[in-house]
Amino acid sequence: MEKTIYTIIVHSENIAGLLNQVTAVFTRRQINIESLNVSASSIKGVHKYTITAWTDEETVKTLVKQIEKKIDVIQAHYFTEEEIYFHEIALYKVSTPEFQENTEASKVIRRYNARIVEVNPVFSIVEKNGVSEDITSLYEDLKKLNCVLQFVRSGRVAITTSCFERVNEFLGNREARYSQIENNNHE
Amino acid sequence: MSKDLITGAEALMRSLEHQGVKTLFGYPGGSIMPVFDALFDHRNTLNHVLVRHEQGAVHAAQGFARVSGEVGVCLVTSGPGATNTVTGIADAMIDSTPIVVIAGQVSTSFLGTDAFQEVDLVGITQPITKWSYQIRRPEDVAWAVARAFYIAGSGRPGPVVLDFAKNAQIEKTQYKPTKLDFIRSYVPIPDMNKGAIQTAADLINAAERPLLLVGQGVELGNAQSELRSLIEKADIPAGCTLLGLSALPTDHPLNKGMLGMHGNLGPNINTNKCDVLIAVGMRFDDRVTGNLATYAKQAKVIHFDIDPVEINKNVKVDVSVLGDCKQTLAAVSELLKVNRHTEWIETFKDYEEVELEKVIRPELHPSTDSLTMGEVVRAVSEAGENKAVLVTDVGQNQMIAARYFKFTQQRSMVTSGGLGTMGFSLPAAIGAAFGAPERTVCAFMGDGGIQMCIQELGTIMEQRVPVKIIVLNNNFLGNVRQWQAMFFNGRYSFTPMLNPDYMKIASAYDIPSKKVFTREELSLAIDEMLKTDGPYLLEACVVEQGNVLPMTPPGGSVNQMLLEC
Repeated sequence: MEKTIYTIIVHSENIAGLLNQVTAVFTRRQINIESLNVSASSIKGVHKYTITAWTDEETVKTLVKQIEKKIDVIQAHYFTEEEIYFHEIALYKVSTPEFQENTEASKVIRRYNARIVEVNPVFSIVEKNGVSEDITSLYEDLKKLNCVLQFVRSGRVAITTSCFERVNEFLGNREARYSQIENNNHE
Repeated sequence: MSKDLITGAEALMRSLEHQGVKTLFGYPGGSIMPVFDALFDHRNTLNHVLVRHEQGAVHAAQGFARVSGEVGVCLVTSGPGATNTVTGIADAMIDSTPIVVIAGQVSTSFLGTDAFQEVDLVGITQPITKWSYQIRRPEDVAWAVARAFYIAGSGRPGPVVLDFAKNAQIEKTQYKPTKLDFIRSYVPIPDMNKGAIQTAADLINAAERPLLLVGQGVELGNAQSELRSLIEKADIPAGCTLLGLSALPTDHPLNKGMLGMHGNLGPNINTNKCDVLIAVGMRFDDRVTGNLATYAKQAKVIHFDIDPVEINKNVKVDVSVLGDCKQTLAAVSELLKVNRHTEWIETFKDYEEVELEKVIRPELHPSTDSLTMGEVVRAVSEAGENKAVLVTDVGQNQMIAARYFKFTQQRSMVTSGGLGTMGFSLPAAIGAAFGAPERTVCAFMGDGGIQMCIQELGTIMEQRVPVKIIVLNNNFLGNVRQWQAMFFNGRYSFTPMLNPDYMKIASAYDIPSKKVFTREELSLAIDEMLKTDGPYLLEACVVEQGNVLPMTPPGGSVNQMLLEC
């Protein structure tokens, strides 16, 4: 089966040690995680993981089910790039003297729609938001100018473009089920 | 909530009692001493069985759970005590056995400092448990125990680890009895889908050559009678997985035998001839399917399971029926028409005759003087009117016992299927005896397996556990030897075994025993064994280079079984 990049979005309870359990599902099948981002979600007490990995659809289907099976994972879903809006951020530390000497440098920054967020006599920091390809290609261009001291990029953050909020709906259903159990217990 | 303050250890005792625990298997040590101290005051309600090694405790808890359907409990100390349970935890995970392992842990102030007998148990056991949790405060005990028992026993069962820090055992808390039957992120039983029920029923109604595969899920879901009604109504022949063997009586006319590598010819070959394959509570393990590329390609596949992960994991299915099989089987059954598949069922007879001729008769009625493993198993089974609980070890003894032991009662098969843990049988049999005290427990093991947990003879001695131990001694690690003969040019690399005198060992443990070589001796010894009140060890000296047949060679197709080697 053909491999493509999938974005796996996981919602879980905010419990220590869960990240380990989620990543273990990938390592067990020797699937490399390309990027990983963990943050609070819009739901109180719920954490959101955004994971990207190259794999095929059959495998990713089993992967998300195996992740979802973890007791404290609320839901896990996979998406192709068409089904999400996604972004990454990158920071580039460049040497200020070299950067200023080279007239090409500021052109490159403008061409990529990046911005300079810090300048001092020793180094400057460039920030770039966007998709992986642009971030990499800006890095390559700056490297050609011989001024990059450090480079770091974030994992992908992604938001689904569907009109349907599956996690909210799931939690709503679960709460309804819980009140039902509670009522039965009191009867 | 009671205003009185009690220790975390005492809270654990009350929580276990609140969960209905009556038996636990364990071994004390430094980091669990406060719990054992509290246990001393509860020893009349919580029957603690002192094992001789923590691996014994966890296998005993498994055996207990498998026959009783309750959650097995095991109590050990930190560090080596905890790591000694790891094999059993992994075993329980892969075989869906509900157990709760409570291990001591160093005090929270020492965590991460490589303190004496500190080990990251939660880290080690996360991949092999349903849930693994560290209790760091006494006020969390009641909640954690309630959650542990709920998770272990609900849905697809499995092991749970509670890593109990010593300070939380000693510190005081108020205690409120807690039960838990809801976790919002955990859906133990997926909702039944009416559409899937209908589609499955339509497929089965239209089938001309249906075959049903019975897995352990049927036992775990207490759906034995629902399964029977379904196959009887629609007249569907069935094959059982190793762990599903006792879900359907061996002599039921629709039970066509065991599936898999050393299963029966009929259900294996007909897997590749049926038009609708109905899998219930089984996971298409590679020992069942053989080569997946050629497995049941001609058939429409219906998969009943409680665990969505199992659907399409190994075998692509046409219809998945998620839910509790007690309900889903009944729901599908209701939509089935009464049917007859006489011609199709007749086709099993040809395979049965071939297998009888080539394999079964030579095994059960050998022309040689030496005993075969098969005749020993069958003789024990019949002497107990096929009512006993079978516990097996791993290897030839396991496959032969599974093939020739007969079952008339449910929850009678205790074996290490997925993990294949040698040494499992002796401690698991102890657990089974406690879990089903009214039943006879027969544990078959090889001369290899008995020595892997032989220390549990001490537990048997102390508790007078009425386990019937049958050692099938061929002076070889037989299964590996068979493979060496078949696939490694007969180079018997480290499979011959020099054995100790098992009767002397039994006698040292005050366990009556007999060593037999002939059929006459065997028959007398079995009588004596079953008449003996309490444990008994029967050593049957069997043919040294016996083989388990038929066999699907590794990677081979399910319809290409070897009848000889």
